[in-house]
Amino acid sequence: MSDPSTASIVSTPPAQSTDAGGPTTAGLPQTNEKPRGLLGDAWRDLRRKPLFWISATLIVIFLLMAAFPALFAPGDAVNGTLSRSLNKPSADGWFGYDVQGRDVYARVIYGARASIVVAVLSVMGTLLVGGAMGIIAGYRGGWVDGLLSRIADVFFGLPFVLGAIVILTTFNGSGSGNSKAEIMGLVIASLMVLSWPVVMRLMRSSVLATKEADYIVAARALGAGTGRIILKHLLPNCLAPLLVYGTIMVGSFIGAEATLSFLGVGLKSPVVSWGIMISDGQQFIRVAPGLVFVPAAFLVTAVLSFVMLGEAVREALDPKLR
Amino acid sequence: MSENILEVRDLVKHYPVTQGVVFKKTVGQVKAVDGVSFDLRAGETLGVVGESGCGKSTLARVLMNLERPTAGKVVYKGQDISKLSGGALRRLRRQIQLVMQDPYTSLNPRMTVGDLLGEPFEIHPEVAPKGSRRAKVRELLDLVGLNPEHINRYPHQFSGGQRQRIGIARALALRPEVIVCDEPVSALDVSIQAQVMNLLEKLQGEFGLSYVFIAHDLSVVRHLSDRVAVMYLGKIVEIGTEDEIYERPTHPYTQALLSAVPVPDPTQRNNKTIIRLTGDVPSPISPPSGCRFRTRCWKAQDVCAEQVPLLEIRRGSDHPSACHFAEKREIVASHEAA
Amino acid sequence: MSDILVSEQSAPGTGGSGRPSGRLLEVDDLRVEFRTRDGVAKVINGVTYHVDAGETLAVLGESGSGKSVTAQTIMGILDTPPGFVTGGQVRFHGKDMLRMSNEERRRIRGEGIAMIFQDALSALNPVFTVGFQIAEQFRVRRGMGRAEAKKRAIEMLDQVKIPNAKGRFNNYPHQFSGGMRQRAMIAMSLALDPEVLIADEPTTALDVTVQAQIMDLLAELQRERQMGMILITHDLGVVADVADRIAVMYAGRIVEEADVYDLYAKPAHPYTLGLIDSIPRLDEKGQQLRTIKGLPPNLMNIPPGCPFNPRCPMAQPVCREKLPPLLQVGTGRASACHFAEELVNRV
Repeated sequence: MSDPSTASIVSTPPAQSTDAGGPTTAGLPQTNEKPRGLLGDAWRDLRRKPLFWISATLIVIFLLMAAFPALFAPGDAVNGTLSRSLNKPSADGWFGYDVQGRDVYARVIYGARASIVVAVLSVMGTLLVGGAMGIIAGYRGGWVDGLLSRIADVFFGLPFVLGAIVILTTFNGSGSGNSKAEIMGLVIASLMVLSWPVVMRLMRSSVLATKEADYIVAARALGAGTGRIILKHLLPNCLAPLLVYGTIMVGSFIGAEATLSFLGVGLKSPVVSWGIMISDGQQFIRVAPGLVFVPAAFLVTAVLSFVMLGEAVREALDPKLR
Repeated sequence: MSENILEVRDLVKHYPVTQGVVFKKTVGQVKAVDGVSFDLRAGETLGVVGESGCGKSTLARVLMNLERPTAGKVVYKGQDISKLSGGALRRLRRQIQLVMQDPYTSLNPRMTVGDLLGEPFEIHPEVAPKGSRRAKVRELLDLVGLNPEHINRYPHQFSGGQRQRIGIARALALRPEVIVCDEPVSALDVSIQAQVMNLLEKLQGEFGLSYVFIAHDLSVVRHLSDRVAVMYLGKIVEIGTEDEIYERPTHPYTQALLSAVPVPDPTQRNNKTIIRLTGDVPSPISPPSGCRFRTRCWKAQDVCAEQVPLLEIRRGSDHPSACHFAEKREIVASHEAA
Repeated sequence: MSDILVSEQSAPGTGGSGRPSGRLLEVDDLRVEFRTRDGVAKVINGVTYHVDAGETLAVLGESGSGKSVTAQTIMGILDTPPGFVTGGQVRFHGKDMLRMSNEERRRIRGEGIAMIFQDALSALNPVFTVGFQIAEQFRVRRGMGRAEAKKRAIEMLDQVKIPNAKGRFNNYPHQFSGGMRQRAMIAMSLALDPEVLIADEPTTALDVTVQAQIMDLLAELQRERQMGMILITHDLGVVADVADRIAVMYAGRIVEEADVYDLYAKPAHPYTLGLIDSIPRLDEKGQQLRTIKGLPPNLMNIPPGCPFNPRCPMAQPVCREKLPPLLQVGTGRASACHFAEELVNRV
């Protein structure tokens, strides 16, 4: 935690009132305020940050969009009317219609689901796999650490986009008749495979730093087993950087999903996703620039919100920045 | 006094020094603890003093079986605990506990005091049935002079001295017989240090605890200890009762150490002689041959480089000293004498 | 200014250097607060002390007493924010440093006042050799050439008794042992012949045998150079060995100031008395230690009246109402206690 010598100047006994005539034993503070932990402190800090509120609000909107698109757009996102092809924005279709006469507004709303589901699931998977590997490597050390770290290095060395293209063209080539769920699974899997090493390194260094902490030694001296030490002592103290990184990663994975869809190796029509929309609209960028810009704006906003939230959480959790 | 509760025999702990990332090669050994033997009697406090790097903290870890010794044994009531593992080791933990130096890092910052002090009972559920644990924790808090109402607070809401009390309460939870204290007061302010030392004394009287009290502060050790062992570079150089070590030290290192301690009395300024040691403690990777202290010793002769002096009672003295030329020397100007 | 800075020859005893105030370094009613998220901590609440050439003033206090912050303010290395000077003066040769330009202050730092810290490893730059770091000062501040600066740096290392100074010139800080590193830092801070040396817990991180070496060295260098020294420490033993005068701090105030012999023989403040009583002594096997009950006050919420009153065994109603000022008690000593006279006069 904090360095006692510097902390003591400012916050000797952080939450306590010195009342006159205290009891004769060790000068017990008499106040009885609600206990609040480090996470409570972080939350107090977060609440005062406009950055947090803006990004959190946007994220909630995006999540609602993904969960209940019909709330936002009554229109049909998949079937269009060719007569309306490339119509300009109007009261009916706020963002106009694409080449097949589909409502761009409806599509952009429905597109949130695929993008966010893919991003959130792959982040969760990456955190689980990378986190577990990191704990094992950091806690066990020795040859286990050596082996896992070298494997991670190999995956780390693969360029992200190239790696994803190779994996996806192999399993999701143009001829393969994969279902929507299968394609999603493949995209998620390829994102996970290519990014777990980062999480593992983060977790490993965090565990290495915490493993030697005095309170872990104290727990061992009490006779605590490996499971208890990992779950009760290591994890809660190593989770913060992972949480921050995970939030930022959601943002970048939304972008990655769009990239892969745009390149034609990710999700494909008739699935609606921002990447597909940008890919489709690209040929008409001169005629109807909105077809590219509207989904791109949504994409950028979503990515930014998650990155901003991550930054806000990082600042709140880092005691040095307080 | 009474019977031995802990017997340490020829304890050795070497750490390999390795080079290389993938293919690790052992290039040397850090001889942190190198042949230490002593007894701890029931109900007594054995002080262990020494400067940084003398191996006293490693000794604490090996005594606690947090690290396996390279050789030698630690016998608790007839049982060699350095060989124990699994359930037997876990059961032993109830008998020997640890208080650590830094109250800021020895408590998990994400756990409340209730969780911290409840953990011993969760690990050893046979000690206290589930329903009674909360009450036990309150009792412990009260015992170490903290307000039982603070059971839901986090460590950072306490001051250093209060945290050290929590650390002591945690060590006490399982009602051990032996507590190894590794520099328990050196991180605390003077006025708080005295409170914690008094608490340790009170608890010893109340529960008949035996302490191994490791510290670098000779005054603190004298205050609390019945017997004292002086360590230098992984070995005990002198051991005896508190009087024998402080009033009649025979090892040159003990004498130098004692003479260097500043006495809080300006009138003593000019009538005490400080034995000035030159140089620094040699590296424990390649300690000097023979007597390890000889490189800084003013008495060193050829024999000191050739023969390792044994820790034994020497002529003209009443307690063991590991010096070929052990002799008494007036060091501490005792107040009664002055 | 610069004529005064060449000090070694002109250094007087305790008399005065011909300047009106006569004092070398004076801290006058200094006030500093730390503004943090949780509130304002009043870290220093009117500290006044001075040090003259050739004298050692020990500033004694526990953590949070403000002893190090005072030193940081003198040196101009206080972190702002969170620290803010809200009042008072720091006069060097009668001139208030807090109102000087950054340029002027920089010039005083090193040449007028230098500081050594507890942790030499973090005070020395790990990527440069120790020799280079000392020589650099001669080159930058004294405009010396490379060869001459190196020669002077080796001389400095020699003066602080680093064996084989020439050979160790090219060593990095991590290649030095703790004691040697402390010596190197002393060499670095004394390189520009400061008139005042502030030593902030210089031996706390060291072993006793090394501590004795370093304190000897400091005392010797101070005598040779007739420096004023401010020794900041919590260790009553070290203080008894080297200090001339002692200022005891508690909750950002000086609670007692006295000659070292007077202070130990007859403390004039209950806090000092408590401190002296609560240390275990090497030369006597005590029974139960007498302690100061309770904890130091929270600096965001200092109790009204005397800040020590909740812990004080002598506290009376007046102590909870009126803040006792630091007043003369007898000759050459002062105490901030309503009952100082009674304390000193008791048998």
